[in-house]
Amino acid sequence: MTGFDLPGLLAFWGKRYDDILQLVGQHLLVVAVALLLATAIGVGVGLLVWNSPVGRSLAVTSAAVILTIPSLALLAAMIPLFGLGWVPTLIGLTLYSLLPIIRNTVVGLREVSPAIMEAATGMGLSRGAVLLRIQLPMAWPVIVTGVRVAAQLTIGIAAIGAYVGGPGLGQMIFQGLSSLGSKNALNYALTGTLGVIVLALIVDGLFTLITKTTTSKGLRA
Amino acid sequence: MTDSTADTGASRVLGGRPTEATIRTTTTITTVKNTSGAHIELKNVNKVYGEQTVPAVENFSMDVEPGELIMFVGPSGCGKTTTMKMINRIIEPTSGSITVDGRDVLSLNPNELRRHIGYVIQQIGLFPHMTIAENISVVPKLLGWSKEKTRNRVDELLSVVQLDPKTFAGRYPKQLSGGQQQRVGVARALAADPPVMLMDEPFGATDPITREKLQVEFLRLQESIGKTIIFVTHDFDEAVRLGDRIAVLSDRSKIEQFDTPANILRAPANDYVASFIGHGAALKRLALIPLYDALLGRATDARGTASLSETDSLRDALDLLVLTGLPAIGVTDASGKVVASVTVDQISAELGDDAGAGAPGVLS
Repeated sequence: MTGFDLPGLLAFWGKRYDDILQLVGQHLLVVAVALLLATAIGVGVGLLVWNSPVGRSLAVTSAAVILTIPSLALLAAMIPLFGLGWVPTLIGLTLYSLLPIIRNTVVGLREVSPAIMEAATGMGLSRGAVLLRIQLPMAWPVIVTGVRVAAQLTIGIAAIGAYVGGPGLGQMIFQGLSSLGSKNALNYALTGTLGVIVLALIVDGLFTLITKTTTSKGLRA
Repeated sequence: MTDSTADTGASRVLGGRPTEATIRTTTTITTVKNTSGAHIELKNVNKVYGEQTVPAVENFSMDVEPGELIMFVGPSGCGKTTTMKMINRIIEPTSGSITVDGRDVLSLNPNELRRHIGYVIQQIGLFPHMTIAENISVVPKLLGWSKEKTRNRVDELLSVVQLDPKTFAGRYPKQLSGGQQQRVGVARALAADPPVMLMDEPFGATDPITREKLQVEFLRLQESIGKTIIFVTHDFDEAVRLGDRIAVLSDRSKIEQFDTPANILRAPANDYVASFIGHGAALKRLALIPLYDALLGRATDARGTASLSETDSLRDALDLLVLTGLPAIGVTDASGKVVASVTVDQISAELGDDAGAGAPGVLS
């Protein structure tokens, strides 16, 4: 294995850019779909359990336990159930995303002051209306922050998905690792790793935009 | 001197019989109230929390006439807020009956009920993610009003609470001062024109200057809308200033006295009520009596250049008498013409006379 060679890396990018872009696209897609699923599930669970101490700790603890399972182990464990490829990766990423989303949803819903809840109830809003029309919009910035944390988490974990034949930049990293000593081994691994980092930064920037456009002006600092 | 011309003494004051010892100023303000309020009746209402043996509210009964502004005054924890909150069932009574215009509120759907009872709390509780217009539109939307009707109502209400609709409708609560937010709180409670308003220390969190301004505006507002209002406060002076009748409450929401401010100040029912009034009961009563309601001296008796308007209170008059040291001070009518005079003796006489349910007294 040769040492780091910048001209070589640039030449590698020049030759493989369409492969690289395709993997970046896949990586982004699998993370985005997992986040959408996790947001739907996590916010739903949060809405159900926020006001019940037992339900709340059950949901948050379960999601926390999932997060402690090493990603490689979780993905491998899913092979017998779901085979290889996109499906186990998607499920794994969704499960890992649940903790920050559920926890932030619960925190956000509980943070709404009793005075606002009482005013809403006193005006004749039903419990469901208070939850969906008052609490949820007020909790939204906190929930989006949870999704943002989940995004950072899953962009990294998605790379491991290549272990079960999942899509994304992990494929490059694994290819590099499995061909150590060959001419492009380091280029593969570096490109995959750098890609994940750059993607994480871009997505984080994207979330700044998402938070701004989906939060009421009245709630922004 | 009880002749009926006393109340229309304009001719006497302006050109009439200067020998008259006492006169009244020209204006007779008729307080015909527009009432859109409802009749509220609480009968033997009790509230016992959970396993507690001592009730928070015990056997509370009260009859409130349409358009009345009733003040609940009492120390913290006496159950005044609990009592009020049972009317819109934020707190469910343990027993007893509550009716609004004859309808038993306990048999109604609570959400439906609350849409027809305005509710203002001390912390205001505006929804921060909604604009001022959206905040005010919540109940009209629940009631299925058209967009047009709702928008017109929002503009109308903002004007009523002295906020320019063009400037404020699109703003968010955090962009408003505390006093402005409280005005929006009142506007929001009035949105669907409810016959009943419940107000829980609505001005309690504002600074004294803003509070007084809000109180004055609120009184003027109530004069035109005539809602039936239950207003909870721990500030007796606020109760005197605003209330048509005051219920002085002690532990377990026991009614110690329920009467007009003037009657409570003149004849507190017991030591508890007296202690609540505190010092200066006479001065507080004077503040309730405008000069146009008092028997005054002739304009020619007035000394000095200082003068009072007939809409000022006897307390203002006393203040100016003490300050200037003059024996009598002129009282002007709306046009600024001195039409009468007032002395300390006449002020004292008003206090002595005020027996008999606040009927204007007569000096003989």
